[in-house]
Amino acid sequence: MTPLLQVEQLGKHYRLPRESLWRPAPVVQALHDVSFTLQAGQSLGIVGESGSGKSTLARLVMALERPTAGRVLMNGQDLHVLSPQALREARAGFQMVFQDPYGSLDPRQRVGRIVAEPLVSADPQRVNETLDAVGLRASDADKYPHEFSGGQRQRIAIARALITRPQLIVADEPLSALDVSVQAQVLNLMQDLQQQFGIAYLFISHDLAVVDHLCGEVAVMQAGRIVEAGPTDRVLRAPVHACTRALLDAVPAHAVIPAKAGMTLESSP
Amino acid sequence: MTELLAVSGLRVRLNTARGTAEALRGVSFTLARGETLGLVGESGCGKSMTALALMGLLPLGAQTGGSIRFQGRELVGLDDAVMCGLRGDRIGMVFQEPMTALNPLHTIGRQIAEPLRQHREMGAQAARAEALRLLDRVHMPQAAQRLDAYPHQLSGGQRQRVMIAAALACGPDLLIADEPTTALDMTIQREILDLIAELVTDSGMALLLISHNLDVMAQRVQRLLVMYGGTVVEDGPTERVFERRAHPYTRGLLGARPRLGAGRGLRLPTIPGRVLELADLPAGCPFADRCEWVVDACRQSPPPAMPVGPAHEARCIRLDAVT
Repeated sequence: MTPLLQVEQLGKHYRLPRESLWRPAPVVQALHDVSFTLQAGQSLGIVGESGSGKSTLARLVMALERPTAGRVLMNGQDLHVLSPQALREARAGFQMVFQDPYGSLDPRQRVGRIVAEPLVSADPQRVNETLDAVGLRASDADKYPHEFSGGQRQRIAIARALITRPQLIVADEPLSALDVSVQAQVLNLMQDLQQQFGIAYLFISHDLAVVDHLCGEVAVMQAGRIVEAGPTDRVLRAPVHACTRALLDAVPAHAVIPAKAGMTLESSP
Repeated sequence: MTELLAVSGLRVRLNTARGTAEALRGVSFTLARGETLGLVGESGCGKSMTALALMGLLPLGAQTGGSIRFQGRELVGLDDAVMCGLRGDRIGMVFQEPMTALNPLHTIGRQIAEPLRQHREMGAQAARAEALRLLDRVHMPQAAQRLDAYPHQLSGGQRQRVMIAAALACGPDLLIADEPTTALDMTIQREILDLIAELVTDSGMALLLISHNLDVMAQRVQRLLVMYGGTVVEDGPTERVFERRAHPYTRGLLGARPRLGAGRGLRLPTIPGRVLELADLPAGCPFADRCEWVVDACRQSPPPAMPVGPAHEARCIRLDAVT
């Protein structure tokens, strides 16, 4: 079976401004040889510190930037060789939710228009259905973003991603700007939508507890490379790479449920 | 232990577009030298407002009631010039976003030296030497070279170290840290919290740590105040608050956090409804509309502080039912 998303040896470097006329411009290798696959309806968590390349990866998967090496295949189709027209059509299949629900919604547009934006033609019925799916009211379509709280705005952003009925949603730190009790509501919503519509998530986060909660697979990034990847239960219970251990060490003890006897992953004799 | 700070019945009224709002509705707590106290709660609960009131930095037109006694001196209604003498001298402050709190046009050496020049009337040379010592103290790598760096040349964690160095310059008796690590990475977060803990232990100053993050609080403060709707709804030793979760809001807040190893795909318990706007606060318990244990009496008048255990109380009249 063709995986929904296949990332092959993806690389991206950025050229910085020249520091001197006599030397070549310095180059930052933001991503280096990143490969993974994501099956339809599954969730992959990408964790790592800031600057590890998580958001660059998201932008390449969303075809917002071109990679300098490697390929991104969506249902077997290389996104970065598509014509602009074909890419525009393909975009219905993958959508994005951003971190900041205050910065990612146009304050001058009504919610109905924001949510309908990815559609080719306006479809009020579909807008209502989508608002309903994320727990907002149909009457909310006539309001402006400032009339909503942070959690509700993130619901609007999710509705906008959902309206094209995508197979994949790339979510870049979708919870970190939200209050604790609201995080739980949005996390539950994302889970419900996955069950209901079979959406796959590429979930970028620095919060291991949230990733553990939502994602069956996880990839740990450091300095533009994936240093450890695999089933979340294995990677987070029996980490191999020092970077994974450092991330786990940073989780406060209170936020960890100790593994019960018999549930550890140590190999049985 | 000698009492350093005693806040009692602190009220703050703000003028908003929707009329006056009671941002704080009677906040009381005490803090002794060397003690660490945490204020936790969600946006709009009044935790930052409490910090601003302590520092005399409330927005224009705010009306303050109640009392804040710091080293025996009443701060409510204190003249601004006198308050300026305390701020940055006896009371150090660290804010959430070091990039906005630091001046981008001045070197960090100059910014760390500023409170020394202001309060200690130190000469430029002496202040610079002291700034270098402080940078070393906050474990800034290559402190001597960094003294003449500008804020944009540093990483987020390093900028926060600069903020802490400036807050420590005059050896304050109280350090107020408002979300000091929220803008930082998990691993850097821990380094900065370790640094603050180390400095508090070494200098014997008191710490008021403000965060929305319960996980941060768990290991960092001796006593925890949980705030909601401008009131302290639970107040007790941190471990006891985490264990007992006496107030329904504390219970909801702690339950809503996903925990590592809790199992995949389970629904997280959530608190129904949403955080109240301060202008809409009801006459009774501010949490009543979101509480599953609510009874009519809850909506009549603000609930009094009920004892839960030693030095532990919660503002809920249904403590017996909340289990």
